[in-house]
Amino acid sequence: MGTMQESPVLQHRGAPADEPPTRPHGDVDDQLIGEVPFRSWGRYPLYPAKLVSLNWQDDFPRVIQQNAGMPGGALAVGMGRSYGDSCLLKDGNLMVATGMNRLLSFDAASGLLTAEAGLTLAQLLDFAVPHGWFLPVSPGTKYVTLGGAVANDIHGKNHHLAGTFGSHVRRFTLVRSDGTQMECSPTENSDWYAATIGGLGLTGVITNISLQLKPIVSRFIDYEGIQFHGVDEFLALTEQYQHVEYTVSWVDVTSTGKNFARGIFMLGDHSKIPDKLTRSKDPKLVFPLDAPGAMLNSMTVAAFNTAFFHKQIKPRVRALQDYEPFFYPLDKVLHWNRMYGKSGLLQFQYAIPWESAREGTIAILNEVAKSGLASFLAVLKAFGDVPSPGMMSFPQPGITLALDFPIKPEKSFALFDRLAAMTLDYGGKLYPAKDARMTPAQFQKSYPEWQRFARYKDPLLSSSFWERVTQ
Amino acid sequence: MSLEPVNEVALPKRDASHTPRRVLVLGATSGIAEATTRIWAREGANLFLVGRNAQRVASVAADLKTRGAAYVDTAVADLDDVDGHPELLARAITSLGGLDVAYVAVGILGEQPTAEQDVNHALHILHTNLTVPVSLLTWLANFCVKQGRGTLAVLSSVAGDRGRKSNYVYGSSKAGLSAFLAGLRNRIDREGVTVLTIKPGPVKTGMTVNMKGSEKFADPNKVAEQIVSAVEKRKDVLYTPSIWALIMLVIRAIPERVFKGLNL
Ligand SMILES: Cc1cc2nc3c(=O)[nH]c(=O)nc-3n(C[C@H](O)[C@H](O)[C@H](O)COP(=O)(O)OP(=O)(O)OC[C@H]3O[C@@H](n4cnc5c(N)ncnc54)[C@H](O)[C@@H]3O)c2cc1C
Repeated sequence: MGTMQESPVLQHRGAPADEPPTRPHGDVDDQLIGEVPFRSWGRYPLYPAKLVSLNWQDDFPRVIQQNAGMPGGALAVGMGRSYGDSCLLKDGNLMVATGMNRLLSFDAASGLLTAEAGLTLAQLLDFAVPHGWFLPVSPGTKYVTLGGAVANDIHGKNHHLAGTFGSHVRRFTLVRSDGTQMECSPTENSDWYAATIGGLGLTGVITNISLQLKPIVSRFIDYEGIQFHGVDEFLALTEQYQHVEYTVSWVDVTSTGKNFARGIFMLGDHSKIPDKLTRSKDPKLVFPLDAPGAMLNSMTVAAFNTAFFHKQIKPRVRALQDYEPFFYPLDKVLHWNRMYGKSGLLQFQYAIPWESAREGTIAILNEVAKSGLASFLAVLKAFGDVPSPGMMSFPQPGITLALDFPIKPEKSFALFDRLAAMTLDYGGKLYPAKDARMTPAQFQKSYPEWQRFARYKDPLLSSSFWERVTQ
Repeated sequence: MSLEPVNEVALPKRDASHTPRRVLVLGATSGIAEATTRIWAREGANLFLVGRNAQRVASVAADLKTRGAAYVDTAVADLDDVDGHPELLARAITSLGGLDVAYVAVGILGEQPTAEQDVNHALHILHTNLTVPVSLLTWLANFCVKQGRGTLAVLSSVAGDRGRKSNYVYGSSKAGLSAFLAGLRNRIDREGVTVLTIKPGPVKTGMTVNMKGSEKFADPNKVAEQIVSAVEKRKDVLYTPSIWALIMLVIRAIPERVFKGLNL
C-alpha cells in the first residue's frame, strides 16, 4: 500500500512512530491514507470508503484516472464540512485534496489570489489578512477548502450584496477522469464554469482556483445586534439594513406564544478605521469526546436559547468585534459536532422565494417549535438577488433558514420529511451541503436544471448524495 | 535584499536581521520541509529548493515565493545519484550567493515487509536515507568549515533510536544517520558549524483530520516552528513534538530481553 507501512491507528497503540502518517520527507508518490472512515460534519451517514490523498497537481490526472477507474468510482473531498452525504461515496474512493494547499500567486495590488483547491479558508485568511485582504464571501466556518467552497457555491452573511462564493471565482482548472484538463472562467469553457460552481464535485476535480479578494484595513467588524420579536420584525430589519454588508439572524426556535420567533438581528461592516492586520491565533478548545446523547434535550436547548436571547440584555448593542467571533463563533471549539453524541446531527436548510417566504418561514418555525426537537443553532437570513454563476447553486432570492438537529431517526427524520415537504410546497428547495434525507422527487423538482447538469457530470465521479437523489 | 554574509557569531533572539537568510533545502517537497520553509519564506528568506519532480518543485517554489520569500531558485535532481552532488551543491550556493542553513529532508519510508524479503529494497532505503545524506553532508560540512559558519539541519527520526520489527530497515538507516550527525557535530561544532539532528514524531496534516486519533497527532506547523526555533537556538538534537524525547527515553530504557518480546 504505497509508501505507508504503518497505519496511524497502529501507531496509537503506543508503538513509537516516526514520520507523519501522510507524507514523509523526500519525494514520494501519492499514498493511500487507509480504510479509516471519512466523516462528514454531521457524522451521518457513515460509509466505508477508501481514502487517497491528492497532494500535488501533478497527481492529476493519473490519480483520478486510477481511482475513478476502480470499483465504486471516486469523489474529491475537502475538509468534510458538509453535513450529509454530498462529500461521501459509499464503497468508493475519496480523494482528499487538503494536502494540495499551496498559494500559487498573489497580486497585492489587485487582490487576485491563485491557490490550489485544497487550501482552507483559514489558511487563506492567515495569509491574506496581514496583506489587507479578506474573503469576498465567507461561510460560518473557516475550515472549508476552496474546492469545497466552489463545489457547493457557498454563501455568507453578505449574500444580499455580494452573491455567492462562485461570483468571485475568476478562473479555475478542472480535470476530468478521462485526463482532459480545462481552464474555466466566465468567458472560457463558460458552460463548464457554470456547471462546476455548485456542481457538487461531480463535474471533475478542481486543481487550482483564482479568487478575487476584498480589501480591508482592520481585523475589526463594526458590529450591531438588535433584538427582534417575530418574522415581521425580522423582515423589517432586513429591509432597513440591506445596505449593510453583513446581516444574519439567530432565531429562537424553541419558544412559542409571545416569544415565537424572537431573535437577534446581527449586522456588521468591516471597520473603516485602520487597525491591526495580524494572523489569527490558533483555536484552543477541542470538544474532547462524543457527548452522551442526553446532553442535548429539549430542555437544555430551550435554556440555551433563552440565555442566548437575554445575553444581549439591551434591545440593541454596538461594538467593535474581531472578525473571528463575528464570522466563526463556533470554530473556537473544534469538533463541536461531537456535542451531538455518536448518532450525529443534521442540518435542515431551505431557501424559499419571496412570494411565499414569510408565510413559509412562519409555518416551518411553528412546525419546529411544535415538535420540541429543536436546535440552538438556528440561523435566518435573506438571500439577495445577485445571480449565482452556478447552474445548480442553492441560493435564490428569498429567505433561508438553517437548523441543527441531533439525529434521532424515528423522531427527527419524520420531522425532516415534513419540513422538506412544506419547503417544496412553498416553492423552496433544500441545500445539498446540509442534506442526507431529500427524496429523488424533491431534488428533481427543486433543481430542475439537474438533467442538463447531468450532461456535465464526469462518468466516473459520483457521491452518495447524487446516487440517492437521482436513483 | 543584500546577499552579504550576515554576522552570526552570536544569534541571541529572533528578529528579522538574525533570521536565516540563505537556505538550501534538499528534499523540498517533503511535508515537514514544506511546512518549515513556509515559515522561512514568510520571514523573507532566500531559498534554493531541490527535489526530484519538476512540477512539484515548481509548485512549492510558487507557494514560497507567494508567501514572501525574497528569492527562490530550484533544481530538479534525483539525489540518489550521489555523483551529481558536488556540482548541484556548488550551483545552489552560487545561486544563493552563500549559505546560512542547509536543510536536509531527503528520505523514504519504504516498505518493511518488502524489505524483509527483497534485499534490493532494503539497500535502496539505506541508500536514500543514509548514503545520500552522508554524501551531501560531507560536502556541505567541508564547505561550512571553510567559511567558518553555517547550520546543517537534518531530518532523522525517532525510529533510529531503537530498532523494532515493524520498521527496522528504515530505523537502521536513521540510526546510522543520527550516529553520523553526532560524529560530524563532534568534529565541526568547534569550527563554528552547527549540526542539528531533528527527530519528529507522527504529524497531522490537513488530509488526516478525519483519521481516527488524528487529533493527537502533532500539528505540522508546530513541528515546523520548533525546527525553525531549534535552528535559531543552534540546538544539537530536537525531538518534536518535545514529548518524544521522553517517550524515546523510556523506549530506549527497556531491556533488550523484554523488548524483543514486545509487539512494536
Ligand atoms: C459550522 C459550519 C458552518 C457552515 N456555514 C455555512 C454557510 O454559512 N454557508 C454555506 O454555504 N455553507 C456553510 N457550511 C457548509 C460548508 O461551507 C460546505 O459544506 C463546504 O462546501 C464544505 O467544504 P469542504 O472543504 O469541507 O468540502 P467537503 O464537505 O469535503 O466537500 C464538499 C463538496 O465539495 C466537493 N469538492 C471538494 N474538493 C473538491 C475539489 N478539489 N474539486 C472538486 N470538488 C471538490 C466534494 O466532492 C463535495 O461535493 C457550513 C458548515 C459548517 C460545518
